Amino acid sequence: MSIDISQFHDVFFEESFEGLDAMESGLLNLEDGAADVEAINTIFRAAHSIKGGAGTFGFMAVSEFTHKMETLLDEMRNGERDVTPESTNVLLEAVDVLREMLTAVQQDGDTDDARIAAVCDQLVEMLGGEESGDLEQESEMAAANSDDEKPIGWKIDFRPHLHMLQTGNDPVRLFRELDTLGELSVTLDESQLPLFSDLEPEDSYLAWHIELISDVAKEEVVEIFEWVEDDCDLSIEALFSVAEASPELEVAAVIESTESVDAIDETQLKAPVAEKSDTKQKSSAAPTAASIRVGTDKIDSLINMVGELVITQSMLSQVGDNFTEEMLPQLIDGLAQLERNTREMQEGVMRIRMLPISFAFNRFPRLVHDLTDKSGKQVDLKLTGEQTELDKTVMEKIGDPLVHLVRNSLDHGLETPEVRLAAGKSETGMLKLNAYHQGGNIVIEIEDDGAGLDEDKIFNKAVEKGLVNAADNLSPEKIHELIFMPGFSTADVVSDISGRGVGMDVVRKNIHSLGGSVEIASEQGVGTKFTIRLPLTLAIMDGQTIRVAAENYILPLVSIVESIEIKSTDIKQVSGKGELYKLRDDYVPVIRLYEVFNIEPQITDLEEGLLVVVEGDGQKVGLFIDDLLGQQQVVIKSLETNYRKVVGLSGATILGDGTVALILDVPGLISLYREPSTKKGLVKPERAA
Amino acid sequence: MSDEELQVNDSLDVMGEIEDGAEQFLTFILGDEEYGVEILRVQEIKGWDTVTNIPNSPHYLCGVLNLRGTIVPVVDLRLRFEMAECEYNPTTVIVVLNIEGETQRTVGIVVDGMSDTHNVMPSDIKPSPDFGSTIKTDYITGLVTIGDNMVMLLDIDRLLSVEAIG
Repeated sequence: MSIDISQFHDVFFEESFEGLDAMESGLLNLEDGAADVEAINTIFRAAHSIKGGAGTFGFMAVSEFTHKMETLLDEMRNGERDVTPESTNVLLEAVDVLREMLTAVQQDGDTDDARIAAVCDQLVEMLGGEESGDLEQESEMAAANSDDEKPIGWKIDFRPHLHMLQTGNDPVRLFRELDTLGELSVTLDESQLPLFSDLEPEDSYLAWHIELISDVAKEEVVEIFEWVEDDCDLSIEALFSVAEASPELEVAAVIESTESVDAIDETQLKAPVAEKSDTKQKSSAAPTAASIRVGTDKIDSLINMVGELVITQSMLSQVGDNFTEEMLPQLIDGLAQLERNTREMQEGVMRIRMLPISFAFNRFPRLVHDLTDKSGKQVDLKLTGEQTELDKTVMEKIGDPLVHLVRNSLDHGLETPEVRLAAGKSETGMLKLNAYHQGGNIVIEIEDDGAGLDEDKIFNKAVEKGLVNAADNLSPEKIHELIFMPGFSTADVVSDISGRGVGMDVVRKNIHSLGGSVEIASEQGVGTKFTIRLPLTLAIMDGQTIRVAAENYILPLVSIVESIEIKSTDIKQVSGKGELYKLRDDYVPVIRLYEVFNIEPQITDLEEGLLVVVEGDGQKVGLFIDDLLGQQQVVIKSLETNYRKVVGLSGATILGDGTVALILDVPGLISLYREPSTKKGLVKPERAA
Repeated sequence: MSDEELQVNDSLDVMGEIEDGAEQFLTFILGDEEYGVEILRVQEIKGWDTVTNIPNSPHYLCGVLNLRGTIVPVVDLRLRFEMAECEYNPTTVIVVLNIEGETQRTVGIVVDGMSDTHNVMPSDIKPSPDFGSTIKTDYITGLVTIGDNMVMLLDIDRLLSVEAIG
């Protein structure tokens, strides 16, 4: 009569991870203010449901571990223990360990047993040595504690009748249930077990003596046995502590605790290494099927839209059934309505993928907490615009770059309290994360009031690394840009937090791969501000259709600066290097699209065509094309699924007539122009097709 | 014999008797030659349709095609085998194949026309003779004689790999 409960595992894990997030943010809030009972309750509830769930599914290690956290939290909740930064830190650590354990269970991975044991010891130590990891030890320790008048638990004699298994009751489940109430130690009594020849496999011959160390009421224990009451002999007696704590035992406890302190130090030293291997494990683990939680209001509005679409469709088919010329206005109305419905539907479906950016922001309070602990800096983190919505895929990919930028601000930007005071600033540094929508983009700002970028230092470093010439005279903006160069890091000492020199160029690359951009504004002594602009979604884009000879291409509207008619007087020939076009005070290189794409041109005279000034990789170039056609929204399709990446193209789309149009990639075009060798393959001869 | 069994037998007649261990091949015409591909690799056969040229691609890559929402590259097999070019006409067809590689991909090939399906016993497949350095023998897994015709069996995974068509 067993149900396959593994089908609920996914839900359990999902809920547990959510619970852990809730615990984490709750704990961080605790630290900020005074002990708030409601906040502790929230944390406690989360821990409790994880423990219960883990017990039900038989993840005993998880449930035991959570139990210890729960005990600590319970004492806090009842006001028996003050909320101190130390206890919060231990609990935060425990949340990490728990997350690791759950991940390990979920992916059948390995756990870092040393770390679990260390944190477990810390928890036990917090609890004043009342509990310990091992069950046997547990009872010994319990025995050592005697100054308590209340029963410390229950002694249960459980002797099932022969037929109990036939009623569908399984003692194992009862024990699991009991275990959720407290520390459990079970002794088996197999004295009634007959000879093998006499054994009836469906009968239960075993009996158990159970000691449950817990402060639960007797009723709760009885309740567990409710279903089997009539099928067993059951006695439940209160369990009292036996002996006085002997001096030797106390000494032993002290030794143990010093040992555990050593163990903690060791694990703390190991922590950075362990963290690294964690991330590796995470990246190598097979991606699990992702799910997304969608508000019912979003689904309801979609259902409404589908309803309207059906109505429009039936109206149109009525018009179509016996169409006469007088019905033309009706048809046009219907089509307009269809267009509106489709657009609304499209927006509605897109909204399903949108999540508030708080999903990405929420990890920062913890990050700031940990890093300030290590560095001794004081930081006030302000999050605004957390409700700004963003496509899930964009969110997943922007997480790491954001972490990098925040770490950079904490490590390089913000100063230590002494330095800040000396500079006439308040002791506490400010780190602000802000997000808002602007046009079709989401803008994320990371701002600190730290030291700002040291332009001389950056410039010297860049010279040293051979990235620029010492004689170059660069504007401050250009110098700021240098930190995005590969292999650049100005940290004098490579710290745990940052400074490995693999940061900023990767950040910019990741953001560019999402079709976004990143800018720096910095003033020495005042602070630094990073502004990231990202498209709201990766699936749909506003495009400008352009024509080159017989081919049509789509140019992302965001990359277009302006389109101009070419005056031949403004063209400057640079011998051997190509052409430049004088655009007001600037010169932009002219890229003839038919040349980089090897298409048979229809017009080669610059004056006959148009110049589209586009921006890519922070550089402006002019694309010489034959004509501008319409603007439209296009759904981006990958070329790589069945073919490969093509330099100069970011993908393809399907036009209204069913044909494929290719989407241009401006940075790719620039590299094609600069290094024609990146072209692959042979020139395609013209052919009538 | 019940009706159902009769029907099964009828359909077997249409398909041709399938012997144990026989593999089925779809054959097509290219110039004067006949080629075969494993039938289980064929996703569909469709008429010639407008394709979009890919810039800077090999000349035998006609371009990409919209196959119900996915972008599928199309290779002209005549040009791939360095045969004479030929105008596309109403009998020109695109055979859409599933290619196994690092990932599964869908690729179309342009051929002159479809021929037939044949059951071939593995023992009847003869190794391809060494013609020297002409490229096309690299992509031929074996030869089979069907009636008076010789059919060349293609190793499409190699012929249409990413490297080969990029």
